[in-house]
Amino acid sequence: MSHSPLSQSTNAARRIGQFLRRGDQFIWLSGGAMGLAALLIVGLLGLVFVSGFTFFWPYNVVTADRADGTPVLGVITNSQEERLDPAGNVMKAAQTQFKVGARELYGFDFIWIKKAELSNFRVDPEVIAFERQEYGDFYGLLHGIEYKGKPVADAATAWALLQEKRPEARDLAARAKKIQRDAIGEVNAEIQRANLKLKVARRKAAGAALDPAFENPLKESLARNQARYEQLRLEAEALSAQAEEYAAVVGTVDGQRKTVPLAAIVRAFRPNQMSKLEKLGMYFSRAAEFVYGEPRESNTEGGVWPAIFGTVIMTLIMSIVVTPFGVVAAFYLREYAKQGPFVRMVRIAINNLAGVPSIVFGVFGLGFFVYFIGGGIDRMFFPDMLPTPTYGTGGILWASLTLALLTVPVVIVATEESIAAVPRGTREGSLALGASKFQTLVNVVLPASVPGILTGVILAMARGAGEVAPLMITGVVKLAPELPLDGHFPFFHLDRKFMHLGFHIYDVGFQSPNIEAAKPMVFTTTLLLIAIVVILNLFAIRLRDHIRKKYQTGAF
Amino acid sequence: MDTPTQTPSSGRPARSVTVPTGKGQSAPGAVTKISVRDLSLHYGAKQALFDISMDILGNQVTAFIGPSGCGKSTLLRCFNRMNDLVDGVKVRGSVMLSGQDIFAPDLDVIELRKRVGMVFQKSNPFPKSIYENVAYGLRVAGVTDKAVLDETVEKSLRGAALWDEAKDRLQESGLGLSGGQQQRLCIARAIAVQPDIILMDEPCSALDPIATAKVEELIHELKSEYTIIIVTHSMQQAARVSDKTAFFYLGKLIEYADTQTVFMNPANPQTEAYVSGRFG
Repeated sequence: MSHSPLSQSTNAARRIGQFLRRGDQFIWLSGGAMGLAALLIVGLLGLVFVSGFTFFWPYNVVTADRADGTPVLGVITNSQEERLDPAGNVMKAAQTQFKVGARELYGFDFIWIKKAELSNFRVDPEVIAFERQEYGDFYGLLHGIEYKGKPVADAATAWALLQEKRPEARDLAARAKKIQRDAIGEVNAEIQRANLKLKVARRKAAGAALDPAFENPLKESLARNQARYEQLRLEAEALSAQAEEYAAVVGTVDGQRKTVPLAAIVRAFRPNQMSKLEKLGMYFSRAAEFVYGEPRESNTEGGVWPAIFGTVIMTLIMSIVVTPFGVVAAFYLREYAKQGPFVRMVRIAINNLAGVPSIVFGVFGLGFFVYFIGGGIDRMFFPDMLPTPTYGTGGILWASLTLALLTVPVVIVATEESIAAVPRGTREGSLALGASKFQTLVNVVLPASVPGILTGVILAMARGAGEVAPLMITGVVKLAPELPLDGHFPFFHLDRKFMHLGFHIYDVGFQSPNIEAAKPMVFTTTLLLIAIVVILNLFAIRLRDHIRKKYQTGAF
Repeated sequence: MDTPTQTPSSGRPARSVTVPTGKGQSAPGAVTKISVRDLSLHYGAKQALFDISMDILGNQVTAFIGPSGCGKSTLLRCFNRMNDLVDGVKVRGSVMLSGQDIFAPDLDVIELRKRVGMVFQKSNPFPKSIYENVAYGLRVAGVTDKAVLDETVEKSLRGAALWDEAKDRLQESGLGLSGGQQQRLCIARAIAVQPDIILMDEPCSALDPIATAKVEELIHELKSEYTIIIVTHSMQQAARVSDKTAFFYLGKLIEYADTQTVFMNPANPQTEAYVSGRFG
């Protein structure tokens, strides 16, 4: 059997050859790659979900004794196991992180304590937790209530009184704020307008006296508004002072005392007495505040409503601009332009545009939209406001246009593909009936390609909503005092700066003075951004399916 | 038309152009509708039609037969200048439609296409409702009067023998119809603009025998009002529906005569070979 080893080796070779020919290795490879990608996505979402969703839960506040006998009170937020070096020596002892709150007293919110130094953990039911308008959380004991500096309740009755008086105080403070924001804002705007009119008239008169019939009503209005401003200011101050009348006397676990005006307490609760159900209620109330509230404490607390609003409005403006722009460009490219080297080059350029780093678009938007166009608008229509820019500075319109430019290649490519997919027979059918080319495009080709166009818009929205870098130089700010859409004429303020969730994440996570406290907020905000992108996409997908059903009831 | 279709003996044309008996009939005094003279057509460097000359009579069904690539569809698409859509097409010679040169530079192609309707090989209803499909030609011509549209849609659907099947679902998508219904919808769409001539490019090639029979029956009925030119691969179909038949081979018109003559007694041996199934 001299040929036996030979035939064995050829057998093995044949089997390998068969395996390769069947292409099994590629199935395994592509399946593995898909699995890995899915795992990464699930991991990312899981991390964000777990970190984001626990943020609102009111955990128990724990008391413990330190080695030197002083107690420590706070929420346990993290812990680290002991770390040994290769020789078995303790490199880093096991330690626990407490959120102790009362930043203004301690100078910090969080503290790491070695586990070995901690003993006698206990949960004191009397412990109160405040979420405050300023200085973050406070954990401690309630000693009493003061009214205008005089005690009106002791430790035993304080909690009930606090529950009764706090909503009133909050209400007063909110009214004061409303006056400051709305009424005073309106009066200010009127004063500004009158001043502007006077300024313009004086410049035109070039030193000559103004027509009293013109000047006097304006001056009167100025005086009237000044008086109204004074009156409103006093009213607001009175309300604020009244709101501050009641104050809680609280003490930390190590004996420091402090008074906190009830108006400054956003939430007061006794976490160690709360049932699971009450905690769940608190959880949802906090989550709702996060979504609908305004940011506090340099964005590390409170809500993100202005950022949600800004993100959605910006994405919508972007979609409204990018869709017609991209569709028209694609129709020209595909239907009217003479196909040749030039059009081929244009197409390559468009495809490459999709790969240009977004910050480059930001720089372009700043130079072109903000300085050139915005500056031009200011010089032409608002010369009297200068040197204060109106449109010549970053704003939601310019940011949206910049993003529209960034995402237009996506829409063009998708539209071109869907136009190309319209069957030739359908066009010919229309032309053969005496329709012009334009009529054919509008009546037959465009409706048939709407689902494809919407796919492009969906992709563009997904890309645009998550983009941050170009926005940072074209109109996004850390804290915008006003929303781009409000009740003041002209209601839609395209020149205003705005807040954006993507930038908010960056700002909260990496620019805030209190990073430990802000960290969970980063994940929660990320979760919200993902949710908004998903919701916007779902909306667009539903629209697309609806249109697809309408135009292509395709069963033969 | 004043002549009923079921009386074959009446109204025979006086001219030598005759219709095979039992094949319906041509209208009295059939006149030349399309006159093709020395028509050559190039796709870029490739010549597709060689010096075609023929007269197509009004109110008759003329069939174009021949093997694939013989130029029959190309010629058909010359009549409504659909070939304009193809890049690099050059045409020489003339096609006169009722005495008007359709290649004249001042001719309005849109007007031409309204006079020369077309039904395609693959049914191509628009992704719109049945009603809108039929009304499309009128709408692009600027008709907005609802009453006119309604009337035309009904008349056209009746004309295409689709009214009874479609009248209750006019607002449903045309793409929801069966293949044969879709093709009849396309015919209804073509006759809605009231053309003189209907070009049919293998209208039954994608249909089953029953749907084919319906369309053929329809062709019979339509010819009293329209001049029909049909391109077909099926010689049986040509024999069944047409009055005159033209046989093309490699871009040349080999034989053009009464259908009966072409099938029973062809003058050209190539024609005979093709119609008897020996090649093609």
